[in-house]
Amino acid sequence: MPRLSDTMTEGAISAWHKKPGDTIEPGDVLVEIETDKATMEHEAYESGVLAEILVAEGENVAIGAPIARLDDGTDEPAPPKPSAKDDRPELGQEVPDTLPAATRQPDAKPERRAATPLVRKLARERGIDLATVTGSGPGGRIVRADLDDATRRAPSAPLATDHPPQATAVDGEAIPFDAVRQAIAARVTQSALTIPTFTATASADAEALLALRADLNAALDGTGTKISVNDLLVRAAALALREHPGVNASYSSEGRGQTLVHSRVNINVAIASPAGLMMPVVTDADQAAVSAIAARVRALAEKAAARKIQPADLTGGTFSLSNLGMYGIEHFTAIINPPQGAILAVGGVGREVRIVDGRPEERRRLRYTLTADHRIIDGALAARYLATLTELIHHPHRIVA
Amino acid sequence: MSLITYRQALNDALRSEMLRDEDVFLIGEEIGQFEGSYKITAGLLAEFGPKRVRDTPIAEEGFTGAATGAAMVGLRPVVEIMTINFSLLALDQIVNHAAKIYGMFGGQARVPMVIRTPGGGGQQLGATHSQNIELFYAFVPGMKVVAPSSPADAKALMLAAIRDDDPVLVLENLSLYNTKGEVPDEDVPGEIGRAKVTREGSDITVVAYSRMAAVALEIAGKLAESDGIDVEVVDLRSLRPLDRDTVIASVKKTNCAVVLEDDWLTYGIGAEIAATISDGAFDWLDAPVRRVAMAEVPLPYAKPLETAALPSADDAITAVRETLDATARRR
Repeated sequence: MPRLSDTMTEGAISAWHKKPGDTIEPGDVLVEIETDKATMEHEAYESGVLAEILVAEGENVAIGAPIARLDDGTDEPAPPKPSAKDDRPELGQEVPDTLPAATRQPDAKPERRAATPLVRKLARERGIDLATVTGSGPGGRIVRADLDDATRRAPSAPLATDHPPQATAVDGEAIPFDAVRQAIAARVTQSALTIPTFTATASADAEALLALRADLNAALDGTGTKISVNDLLVRAAALALREHPGVNASYSSEGRGQTLVHSRVNINVAIASPAGLMMPVVTDADQAAVSAIAARVRALAEKAAARKIQPADLTGGTFSLSNLGMYGIEHFTAIINPPQGAILAVGGVGREVRIVDGRPEERRRLRYTLTADHRIIDGALAARYLATLTELIHHPHRIVA
Repeated sequence: MSLITYRQALNDALRSEMLRDEDVFLIGEEIGQFEGSYKITAGLLAEFGPKRVRDTPIAEEGFTGAATGAAMVGLRPVVEIMTINFSLLALDQIVNHAAKIYGMFGGQARVPMVIRTPGGGGQQLGATHSQNIELFYAFVPGMKVVAPSSPADAKALMLAAIRDDDPVLVLENLSLYNTKGEVPDEDVPGEIGRAKVTREGSDITVVAYSRMAAVALEIAGKLAESDGIDVEVVDLRSLRPLDRDTVIASVKKTNCAVVLEDDWLTYGIGAEIAATISDGAFDWLDAPVRRVAMAEVPLPYAKPLETAALPSADDAITAVRETLDATARRR
């Protein structure tokens, strides 16, 4: 089972494209694999004859487990099945990167947490994100004792003595998590349990923003491009991050703790897909034209709808934005996408009566809430960020300038 | 079983083999009439006569070469080199001849020769008489090097070395000669190339050989009592062939290791063990492999300096504690 995403720990066979006896050439689509993120076609990288399928369609196995045997004609005996203790990938297979996806910095060198080889192996096996573990070894190195502590604290660890409240199926049905649901559950649990957050809400007059959007779409009429309020807000959020780099940052427990300030502004945009929540990335959102952002988000949404999101579409984000405005939500708070430092939750445009020049007037307004990791972002910084964002919404030409 | 010294165990092994096989003979400086500087050959001239216990001049290259030739034509010489320091004079005979003849000449002749020689410092013999240069021989393909740490292993490995068809260097140790232990009365040759877990433990692996393997057992007992640390001791017993599997299996169990060696640190046996662990147990390591070795100086003569330069039990205890601290497992 190849590792097809950074957070993947197991995969399910969706469909075999070849059957035993078929001749395989490098590049042939061999199998479709469902991961926690998407269903992906996997190509053969060696030639031979498909000798045996070891994992049937619908079955789930851990990464590194053999899923089929390819006879390359050398007539060597089948390699022994790896024992549970030895799940290291075989030669030629993609070596699983022990760094969780989200700790990868999109720029410069990827952050490498000091951890012993044993810890890296166990973390891989237990599906623990090392970014969430505090190291107590020399220089903050993560050692097995730290991992054992983290495993005991993890909500997925079996709790022998105290029984957490369990939903009982008095009536109705139990729907087992699929891989995507499982990934979402693990991620939000990790976020909610490990990150001390606060929220700050601001609002802005949206008339100018909506007028600009109407102008832009009138000008783009017939080109096939259509700008949404969300596209404008992605760019606005990115420009505000450029002005407040402390918000475009991640927490790291390295040493006595670190704020990792990112040089690029890559925004994860929450998309509701049939498979569940997806957070694909708009890279360099501060430098992209709004029309480019619109095209990118649309392409990602179509991919998500078709369950074709690739791991590369999901990695490298430095900040997240979630918008429930289209559902008529006035205002909400979001959960941070770790190890990012903040997420912006955007509500819908609503009509309100405001006092303008001393007279009551009906205006359309927008509310948005920043959830921030207080370890690296203080209230004043969050407030300044929101003030900049409000200014941009009030003067929307700056968003497209 | 008898409780005898390491010295006696070696003497017993030589005598047994001379009785068993008349091709076995001893050769070296002052091993006959004087019965050897360290009395390993005591009584053997009287019992077997000058044909089989041959005194030589001070000429290591000459008698090692003679023994190599004798071995090639079917005898089984056991060469005593008074201390390993003097083997340097015979280096060419050992490295370029004894170790290579079988491989270089298409297997036409084997060299079933034993070189037995003590290493070790701590006796105030000065820098040129106190070295631990077994590595020079363990480095050379074609050689076998064994390094027993107990009387029982001394006997078993000496028996095995004499019966082996390749040149085997048996590393003895000056400070082990008087140590006592239970030794089987019967002659059971040991297996060259097999390490032994001399103490089972779960917290940390201590790898050692020769004198330091005895030190390892000593500190394991102390640490169990003082710190509750459960040390596993791996006695290498053979430096070539090296039993990597036993070392790796132990580290997979304990997740950390300290190597004790009497030689110098840089390029030493410990470096080879650390590399072995890195190759074979990388994913099981929870702390870097530590080495405890001799200070990188010619060993001083003055007693306080000599003591300071040699690796001690206290040094080993410190390294074990610090390694366990690095894994955050020490209570």
